[in-house]
Amino acid sequence: MRFMLLQNYGPVESGCPPMTEWAPQDIKAHIEFQQALNQELAGRGELVDAQGLAGPEQARFVVSDGVTAPVITDGPYPESKELLAGYRLVDVESAGRAMEIAAQVSAAPGPAGQPVRQPIEVRQVLSAPDPEL
Amino acid sequence: MPPEDLLRELAPQVLGVITRRYGDFDRAEDAVQEALLAAALSWPAEGTPGNPVGWLIRVAARRMTDQYRSDEARRRRELLAASCPPTSPSPFTDPGPAPSQDDTLILMYLCCHPALAPGSAIPLTLRAVGGLTTREIAAAFLLPEPAMGQRISRAKAALKAVGEPFRLPPPDQQADRLRCVLHVLYLLFNEGYTTSSGPDLARADMSGEAIRLARMLRASLPGDPEVTGLLALMLLTEARRPARTGPGGELIPLAEQQRGRWDQALITEGLTLVTEALRHGPGPAGEYQLQAAIAALHDQAARPADTDWAEIHALYRVLERMTGNPMVTLNRAAAAAMAEGPAAGLAILDTVAGQLGEHHRYLSVRAHLLEQAGDQAGARAGFQAAAARAGNAREQQYLITKAAQVAADSRPG
Repeated sequence: MRFMLLQNYGPVESGCPPMTEWAPQDIKAHIEFQQALNQELAGRGELVDAQGLAGPEQARFVVSDGVTAPVITDGPYPESKELLAGYRLVDVESAGRAMEIAAQVSAAPGPAGQPVRQPIEVRQVLSAPDPEL
Repeated sequence: MPPEDLLRELAPQVLGVITRRYGDFDRAEDAVQEALLAAALSWPAEGTPGNPVGWLIRVAARRMTDQYRSDEARRRRELLAASCPPTSPSPFTDPGPAPSQDDTLILMYLCCHPALAPGSAIPLTLRAVGGLTTREIAAAFLLPEPAMGQRISRAKAALKAVGEPFRLPPPDQQADRLRCVLHVLYLLFNEGYTTSSGPDLARADMSGEAIRLARMLRASLPGDPEVTGLLALMLLTEARRPARTGPGGELIPLAEQQRGRWDQALITEGLTLVTEALRHGPGPAGEYQLQAAIAALHDQAARPADTDWAEIHALYRVLERMTGNPMVTLNRAAAAAMAEGPAAGLAILDTVAGQLGEHHRYLSVRAHLLEQAGDQAGARAGFQAAAARAGNAREQQYLITKAAQVAADSRPG
């Protein structure tokens, strides 16, 4: 089963400040944690893809009727913080395992090593219909 | 030589012969790719044949013949005898002369044709001249194999539409066409050295491949100072790769690199080449020679403090006048700041603010200069803004860390 684990920009429960306000060594620890987690998931054959997205300042929204020139805007939301920051695509045995990974991601270390407790959105990826159906 | 290296070396020779014989670059390229794949499967098991080029030509020619036979059958069914383009000689006559030493060069001119965007020219060059498989190229660019295959097919279709013959361009066009080739190889090198996206800052394979292709180009055009300059630039830049990233893959700026880890053999070769190139031409040095000269000055400084920033600044000024490229102005600003202080650099940056104000490199250089000038708040905001616009995960992490570090440094205690 494939799941997308999505991380958004936005406030987190722990009230953790944005990363640029962390101590440099905390940033380093956080990045190392993410890399180690990816390596662990890859080693278990569970990681399909992991990507971070460029910042919301660069996000553009495109609307088109297919006839006239498309309308390209910076976005419908004045508060662009709700945008996707990055994702992991994992291929796991069960939904439970996806939750387990999401919990690990959410508990990534933040300032002074305290868990960030960032909410991780877990979404199952639709698969092809079962051949037996 | 391992079979895959031998295959890559022979690929352009074989492709040259097949293209001449059948007058159809598009299909010849597919047939040679299939022959290379067949060889990659059978040679390791059965041993490399005594005449590897002959083996590959035979297999590729058989594919071409099969292809034409099935086409012929289809044509008879559809009564479309006229679909054979008049420029193509009959496939079974006219093997034509085979000046194979020129073939690599002809293939490079063809694959780096100005009608192709770099995004198409690079993979086509890697496959047709570099002998890489579609799978290898797709992996290097983090694309699924069918998508990369499509991109290469479209590139070949575009070349067919242009109707470019398989021979050297006329002498009066060669300088312009060579510029296109150099540009594609330069972009390929940069793609490998600093990936424009994705988690891995450096994909060594693509830089190594760019260097190999530049060496092949130099073998065809040994007297061209810009070709030599480009190869020198690649070697002098590649030499710093071992020191460029830390154990966790994080980016280490030039001033903080452990210079003992630079590759001295590459530096020595690069210095010899750049000296040769600069001595060569009667005219002014071209842009790759100038960039190589700048890289050479960095590589020759045993410590960051030994860097000849005044000379680097002067070279960037020449390069800036020659190219009019505002990104060169960014580098000149950084060099001026080192030579004359941050205020001089910031003044130069102001001249390109209108063009580059939103670019993450501009914001990053400006933030560095503000930090140098003691404006910690401005530097921090600048690094933050640059991080928000960075397109490379490693650069983004570096910039976030810089923002945090400036903030930490400016806190009392």
